[in-house]
Amino acid sequence: MAYVAVKGGEQAITNAHALLAEDRRGSRDVPEVGVDQIRAQLSLAVDRVMGEGSCYDRDLAALAIKQSRGDLPEAIFLLRAYRTTLPRFGFSDPIATEQMAVRRRVSAAFKDIPGGQVLGPTFDYTHRLLDFALAAEGGHLPDPAAMADAPLADDLPTIASVFLHEDLLEHETPALDAAEPYDLTREPMQFPATRDQRLQALARGDEGFLLSLAYSSQRGWGSTHPLCGEIRLGDVSVEFTPPELGFPIELADLTVTECTMLSEFEGSMEHPPQYARGYGLTFGHCERKAMSMAIVDRALKAAENAVDQVHPVQDEEFVLYHSDNVEASGFVQHLKLPHYVDFQASLQFVRKLRREWAEARSAKEAAE
Amino acid sequence: MSVQPTAQAELTAPLYNFAYLDEQTKRMIRRTILKAIAIPGYQVPFGSREMPVPYGWGTGGIQVTASIIGRSDVFKCIDQGADDTTNAVSIRRFFAKIAEVAVTESTAEATIIQTRHRIPEKDLQEGQVMVFQVPQPEPLRGLEPRETETRAMHAYEEYGLQYVSLYESVSAYRRIAATASYPVIVDERYLMSPSPIPKFDNPKLHMSPALMLFGAGREKRIYAVPPYTRVRSLDFEDYPFETQRWDDVCALCGAEESYLDEVVLDDQGNRMFVCSDSNHCGERRAEGHVGPMADHALAGATS
Amino acid sequence: MSPLDLSAVKPGFADPVHQSQAVFRQVMQAMSRPGTRARLDLDVKPPEGLDAAAAAFALTFLDIDTPVWLSPALAGGETETFVRFHCGCPVTQSPASAAFAFAGRDTASAPLSAFNPGSEKYPDQSTTLVLACSAFDGGPQLVLEGPGIKLVAVISPVGLPATFIEDWRQNQARFQCGVDLVLTCGSEAICLPRSIRIELKGA
Repeated sequence: MAYVAVKGGEQAITNAHALLAEDRRGSRDVPEVGVDQIRAQLSLAVDRVMGEGSCYDRDLAALAIKQSRGDLPEAIFLLRAYRTTLPRFGFSDPIATEQMAVRRRVSAAFKDIPGGQVLGPTFDYTHRLLDFALAAEGGHLPDPAAMADAPLADDLPTIASVFLHEDLLEHETPALDAAEPYDLTREPMQFPATRDQRLQALARGDEGFLLSLAYSSQRGWGSTHPLCGEIRLGDVSVEFTPPELGFPIELADLTVTECTMLSEFEGSMEHPPQYARGYGLTFGHCERKAMSMAIVDRALKAAENAVDQVHPVQDEEFVLYHSDNVEASGFVQHLKLPHYVDFQASLQFVRKLRREWAEARSAKEAAE
Repeated sequence: MSVQPTAQAELTAPLYNFAYLDEQTKRMIRRTILKAIAIPGYQVPFGSREMPVPYGWGTGGIQVTASIIGRSDVFKCIDQGADDTTNAVSIRRFFAKIAEVAVTESTAEATIIQTRHRIPEKDLQEGQVMVFQVPQPEPLRGLEPRETETRAMHAYEEYGLQYVSLYESVSAYRRIAATASYPVIVDERYLMSPSPIPKFDNPKLHMSPALMLFGAGREKRIYAVPPYTRVRSLDFEDYPFETQRWDDVCALCGAEESYLDEVVLDDQGNRMFVCSDSNHCGERRAEGHVGPMADHALAGATS
Repeated sequence: MSPLDLSAVKPGFADPVHQSQAVFRQVMQAMSRPGTRARLDLDVKPPEGLDAAAAAFALTFLDIDTPVWLSPALAGGETETFVRFHCGCPVTQSPASAAFAFAGRDTASAPLSAFNPGSEKYPDQSTTLVLACSAFDGGPQLVLEGPGIKLVAVISPVGLPATFIEDWRQNQARFQCGVDLVLTCGSEAICLPRSIRIELKGA
């Protein structure tokens, strides 16, 4: 009965926590990793934790990664549990990504677009060869990257603004008098989901889950034939309009990744043929997530467009209820908790069925 | 830049609110609880918060307890009927620390009993509150995965699907196969999951003097059975509802009427049965009841 | 919304965390045992027109997320200042959009049918109505039956509208929808959830 940790429960928990702390630290011959090092050098892990943790704070995300020993869903959970204790003051004005200070921006839709294709810091076109120089003792300082002759233009037009004059892309501008955005951290899921609810759920959703759904869609399980209209990475400022002031004040600068996927929409009685868009936005630099999110967002328009929802990616209850890795991880792992009371109930039943089965069989054999 | 020392100090020694939740969250949950009591068996959606324990590990029950508990409460927490299972210990420790309440293992002394998978053997009293941890509040979910569909079934009291499923189990097994989470009808209106308690405990829900609150954190639902409310376990006239019985008695205290856990003693098929309700078993032994293996090492461990 | 005149606003809870918990537990108990009296006696100085129990109820349950409707006797007066200042709740003119509604002695101005009964799928999205009674004894005897009541309970509040029994019958008939009721008198409260049946004694 060791599993139940009878009476020793309290002591067992304390001891387990001590052992965990020891394992987290690892060999004491190796210097301890600093939160500042994680923040600076594992920045993409920090970005993912901030995004799925719904909390833009690099220091806290780095701390969570350190505390979780690099287990990112665990770090996301830590950050969420901290976030939920914070007071909520209101909601910001929409960020203006067309005014982004761009560090990277590519479009697959055109050979060139106003402002140009800007590769920026990307793994794309790297040859995936392990770089043993990084493993060398004493570290490795890269050569500084070359600077362009002229800075990038401010206000690079987005793919949406490029299309605007032709009305080729569906409009998705919220009305000025739109209601307060849905907040899943304060209200439970409701169906049919509104777009703001859906996008919030996807932004908090697990990168791996959304990636697989997007991939399934591309392979034909609910394909929307997406084309990457634009991906941009850069900094935007966040503004908040306090009701008592009536004008916006700038709160912070955020790094975000934005992706717009285009897909053909054949039109309807009310709408001419045009391109529909799928939208993805993440904190930090998370391209895989932003692109997956945009594809899934587009696929989830199936309900609005009266398309039969036959594939997983088109089914909003399926997607939105199962995308959150804090919920999913908790529930899958809760199976570690004792279930012996219900198992005893089931065991009793199965044993009885087996007895009856054996009796029936021997009665049959006797009759033959 | 590293984490500021002040921020670090705050992180290591946070000043959490009484019972952890902020007052606005408590108000929201308290309003939800009133609605749950007013509509017995109906699952009220609520803005479940992320708690410092994982979903599936009692976040719903913890939020309900945190919203109702006060300094004069006496708190008991059980998992599988036992006060000493690790998650029960962990939750009890959480409330002892964060709400500074008295804790107990005695069913009679407790004002609030948080539970996972059991209802204590001892009769509950007026004024006591049971808080159930609920993994899946929707009794129909196994039959219909869509929330939009099940919500409509509850709205229009269309529970045919549930009866068909029970009937299919009768055809297959000549009895209703459900052994835990056995569905009930509350006050002849709402179909409700009693949480994964064994059906052995279902009759304790009917006309209980205690208030029963059910919290599902991950699924963001709270529901309730008020005291003295009719709770009927579904059955058929020719296949009436039955509870579990054992041929054995509790090896430690000799109890014949309590829910028994099977303890495997070796891999040769030897086993013993002991009360799942550790407090009940301990009290009986203190009263002098003796089971066939009363000297077993477990007797010392669970008293 | 007009600016608040704070010069005369009555104080709220001295210890909001523990006092609102204590009031909530009393109300939870009363809601789960319809007909029993809860003492919401926490030394609250109520605003004009509101019982101490109703003021304690307001401090415990109202906030920015709960639109409140006030009866003509309460609207625009000390009660409105009190709930806006202490709870920060929006005050609505429309009874059907209220999460909570409060009536003073003008209980007839707040018929049950005017409020939100919720919908079949979301019956919880309904109004909870708090009515002031002039006494809890001496009125017509009302017999209560339903969840939370072992056999029957009897109450005899004074000051309910003349049409109350019929109004309640209609309220109860549309269960799972319906309005939940909290009666207050001084520092006491009685809860009448929509689930219970009410008949006049001897009727």
